[in-house]
Amino acid sequence: MERLIACENLNKRFGLKYALKDVNLSLGPGKIVGLLGPNGSGKTTLIKLLCGLLQPTSGQVLVLGNAPGRESKAGVSYLPDRMYFADWMVAGDLMDYFEDFYADFDRGKVEQMCASLGIEKRDRIKTMSKGTKEKLQLALVMCRQAQIYLLDEPIAGVDPAARDFILDTILRNYNPQATVVISTHLIADVEKVLDEVIFLKEGEIVCHDSVDNLREREGKSVDTLFREVFRATSYFPQGGNSPWEKL
Amino acid sequence: MEWKIDGQGPIWLQLYAALTRRILAGEYPAGTRLPSVRELAAEAGVNPNTMQRALAYLEEQGLAVGNGTQGRVVTDDQQLLASARRTQALALLQETRTALVELGFTAQEAKELWKEGESTWND
Repeated sequence: MERLIACENLNKRFGLKYALKDVNLSLGPGKIVGLLGPNGSGKTTLIKLLCGLLQPTSGQVLVLGNAPGRESKAGVSYLPDRMYFADWMVAGDLMDYFEDFYADFDRGKVEQMCASLGIEKRDRIKTMSKGTKEKLQLALVMCRQAQIYLLDEPIAGVDPAARDFILDTILRNYNPQATVVISTHLIADVEKVLDEVIFLKEGEIVCHDSVDNLREREGKSVDTLFREVFRATSYFPQGGNSPWEKL
Repeated sequence: MEWKIDGQGPIWLQLYAALTRRILAGEYPAGTRLPSVRELAAEAGVNPNTMQRALAYLEEQGLAVGNGTQGRVVTDDQQLLASARRTQALALLQETRTALVELGFTAQEAKELWKEGESTWND
């Protein structure tokens, strides 16, 4: 299959506000794709549409050749932007859940990974730090042999060492037939691991290109480019040379 | 040797430069096998496709030789290694000169500085 993910004229509206406007997108296999944009630019909305958690207002989404549903969910491994498990559960409960739910789940691998992270099966989620929760969830999600991985903010709110661990996990579990979509606004950290980037601005795709093409063409890092594209002009447009100077 | 990746230019070219430095410094000795794409990518913390591109270019330049399914081997063509080492050295000298000129020295003064520096080098 050439196109794992395809969106055509995709719109999503919440009330009067468009969260996504006329999005056209096509992603092939073997790519690590960065979905980049400031807060509120539609990153999570797009990922939720691909997961079938939201329905499009108009336009079409195809995941693995079908509209999001039972078939597509079997091939999509999704990391939500927040913990969705009850906090009285222990790590072992989550492994049982994943093993029950997903045929492609590799139990041995996740147990190994948790052991190397120092997470024990009887550890309760309630007692875990934010970073440990993130790492546990990512380990579970990456231990599926899926065709598409949708990772919503996998590195937000964790320390730099944990970030390295998470990116390393993504790279080491990289599979040439699969596609990984990572949404984030921490670009400097992920830039090196990405093949392609998609810039979302106010619900529209303003740029979709490979990292090296962008670097070659613009002569600067994607992080610098992002800061330029999304620079807030001034908090106090009436006066002052610096954004913090009032009239 | 560290993998240094900065904001200047494509990542694959920087990886290619780092690999070349490692070969010339003898970290990957002539005639030995290079680590696999995946290993190198994980070590440098970069995308495997990007590392693949850097290695393909290394092969194109003759510094590595593809060995089918056996991975890649560092060339043992001493002539080629010597000329690559020379190219690298000339580039370093050029860089130093540019930096000195930026500091406000003329080319002539730079040459004199070089001589002055020479006397302080003790092998």
